[in-house]
Amino acid sequence: MPILFSIVVGIALFFMIGFVARALLQAFAPAHLKPTFRDTPLTACFGLSVILLYVVVAIFAPMIAPFGEGEVLGAQFLPWASPHYLGTDKLGRDMLTRLIYGARNTVGIAFATTALSFFVGSFLGIWAALAGGWLDQWLSRFVDALMAIPALILSLLLLTIFGTSVLTLILVIAAVDATRVYRLARSVAQGIVVMDYIEAARLRGEGMWRLVRREILPNAVAPLVAEFGLRFCFVFLSISALSFLGLGIKPPTADWGSMVRENATLITFGDITPLLPAGAIALLTVAVNFVVDWQLHRASGLKE
Amino acid sequence: MEEDPLLTITDLRIEGRSGELWHPIVKGVNLSLRRGEVLGLIGESGAGKSTLGLAAMGFARDGCRIAGGSIDFDGINLRTAPEAQRRSLRGKRIAYVAQSAAASFNPAHKLIDQYCECPVVHGVMPREQAEADAFELYRRMRLPNPEAIGFRYPHQVSGGQLQRAMTAMAMACRPDLIIFDEPTTALDVTTQIEVLAAIRDIVRQFGTAAIYITHDLAVVAQMADRIKVLLRGHEVEEADTRSMLAAPREAYTKSLWAVRSFARAERPPATGTPVVSVRNVTAGYGAVDVLKDVSFDIHHRRTVAVVGESGSGKSTTARVITGLLPPRKGEVLFNGKVLPPNFKVRSREELRQCQMIYQMADTALNPKLRLRELIGRPAEMYLGLKGKALDSRIRDLLALIELEPDTFIDRLPSELSGGQKQRIGIARALAAEPQLIICDEVTSALDQIVQEGILKLLDRLQAELNLAYMFITHDLATVKSIADEVVVMQRGVVVERGPKAALFAEPKEEYTNLLLSSVPEMDPDWLNRLLAARAGQ
Repeated sequence: MPILFSIVVGIALFFMIGFVARALLQAFAPAHLKPTFRDTPLTACFGLSVILLYVVVAIFAPMIAPFGEGEVLGAQFLPWASPHYLGTDKLGRDMLTRLIYGARNTVGIAFATTALSFFVGSFLGIWAALAGGWLDQWLSRFVDALMAIPALILSLLLLTIFGTSVLTLILVIAAVDATRVYRLARSVAQGIVVMDYIEAARLRGEGMWRLVRREILPNAVAPLVAEFGLRFCFVFLSISALSFLGLGIKPPTADWGSMVRENATLITFGDITPLLPAGAIALLTVAVNFVVDWQLHRASGLKE
Repeated sequence: MEEDPLLTITDLRIEGRSGELWHPIVKGVNLSLRRGEVLGLIGESGAGKSTLGLAAMGFARDGCRIAGGSIDFDGINLRTAPEAQRRSLRGKRIAYVAQSAAASFNPAHKLIDQYCECPVVHGVMPREQAEADAFELYRRMRLPNPEAIGFRYPHQVSGGQLQRAMTAMAMACRPDLIIFDEPTTALDVTTQIEVLAAIRDIVRQFGTAAIYITHDLAVVAQMADRIKVLLRGHEVEEADTRSMLAAPREAYTKSLWAVRSFARAERPPATGTPVVSVRNVTAGYGAVDVLKDVSFDIHHRRTVAVVGESGSGKSTTARVITGLLPPRKGEVLFNGKVLPPNFKVRSREELRQCQMIYQMADTALNPKLRLRELIGRPAEMYLGLKGKALDSRIRDLLALIELEPDTFIDRLPSELSGGQKQRIGIARALAAEPQLIICDEVTSALDQIVQEGILKLLDRLQAELNLAYMFITHDLATVKSIADEVVVMQRGVVVERGPKAALFAEPKEEYTNLLLSSVPEMDPDWLNRLLAARAGQ
């Protein structure tokens, strides 16, 4: 019964948040955006509000969190009770505090990584498709070689060489992910560069940068955005996998991926605490994809 | 005693969805077809011809619905019949031949496998018998090597042959009714003749009823017993072919008939340095020479039409002039100066002087850019216009191509009709203020009334702006209306060239003659006479 109850509450919350967000959007949106928001689907409103919530939590983490990020406060694995509303972890740190800080670290890193990998991957991919010939061959075969090495092993290797800091972590995961984005961007762009309007632009004497930015990218953006929604979520997994191996985010910095693993033993006792960070990841994933779908829908101009 | 009609459509209404709203496409059309009769459906694009054709099979495209009326096929009400029954009719008793056979065949299967699918699935005949039958029909469709051609894949067969194979496939189950949806529109004139003759013979031999959809009046005059004219989902008039051609009743029908009459007089021959001079160009892809020793000149204020069937090297010539394909031998002169062979090393000024308009406006305009940027970019780039000056130049250009600037300037290409898109292609070429415009089949994707508008516009612009046109086309009616000089090409060689009037009056070469005589005329006996004449030779 409690499961059923929570499902019902969840759905009700979803609708409530969606409706409230839509009402707020319409009330406060600038005049020229009002028509856009009028037919925003509920899912997108829900997604937007969840993302907004995460951003607020991430930015104001030190003010919201009741305790310090790495503070050991008492006995380990305390149950949910005041002042530790979500209990404590295996070292006795406050779970709620770490969840809040985790938003800052995990989401921040994941976003930076995905954005970087998309910028690099799609630019190189489109460039290769446009230039063709040797440049395409060199870039593509290099990317193939990188993709032939399992992603985790490649990241381990690179992290071992360049050392572990948040910056190298971002760069390494972005580099590994960019190979996948490159493949997608190249194949999408290959379908576009054969169009007459690209030939017309070339005959006009347009430069490479303009061709990529104004002629190809706007037409390739829909599949890239869809991929963004998916990749963004995979990055969480990569980070937590690397953290598990000791090369990701270093303790005591909180990160959702490692929090699941560290407290996994609790599940055997029927305690759902370790699922909270996993749930946080899942909720964000769903929210991001709701928004991505909405944008895709708008970009593709489909009416149904 | 009159027998019962095979197909009766009464007060048919079909609606299409845009957003939340349903708007009517076909607005109450009646139609009746007897066994063995061929009905021609004509009208411009958007008239609802194809929608009506599909409805005769009890089918509505995605996003469309049959909203009212009845469709009665040989006593079966196709609107109320269960889907299973309708499916059992399709392919077996009603068949469909689509406009583009190349796009309708599955590229991964051999022709014969696709042929046999329908009779086998419907249980008409077993596979072996279907294959034997296919050879017979391929032979009747006058396909070369009827026993072998079926074992090829669609891409190994030419467009005209594919269209005939598709018609044979539609005949596989000996249907009572075939719907032909513009089966020859994508073919060139010489191929079109063969397909038309083959289709007409086979329809007569088997006594099949047919609905023949087209926007080409001359074609429908050869094929149909009766003609029905549609306009925006309404029936304009219907009559048997001869009386319709001789005495159209409605004003709209008369205007359709008059479309082909636009023609301007040939301008006097020009002297001086030609704008473009192609000198002994040989060019090709890989080891194959597509062009062999091609030479011709284009002068200021003159239109040179380059004609020939597909594969004759018309478009390749354009690619050599624009610099997309550097020639192996020969050179291209622009105002007497040699142009660099590759466009990448041409100066901006050289690029500006020669602009191109494409056949498919859909792929020639970036679908994500607004007209302001599409038209404005060449002006911004070549002429350095910015801000207010650029804006007013874009508005001038839109006015020049007869589109209202305030309504159109911020639209996307998807918000335009086919003819309007082609006008934007023209405006983009004009924005660079070139001396030469290469028009690559600019009107062949448009229906005739729109075509005429584009041709008139191009003609007016030429007079106002002193332009030279190179006009690539396979449509000789277009050549008649707009050209000053004609260059006839076949297999990469210039067969004949000369002033329009002289060339049309007395073609010297046999190939030119073949090309000219293949242009369908409005006379319903034209095809018979032509075939008889050719057989007699």
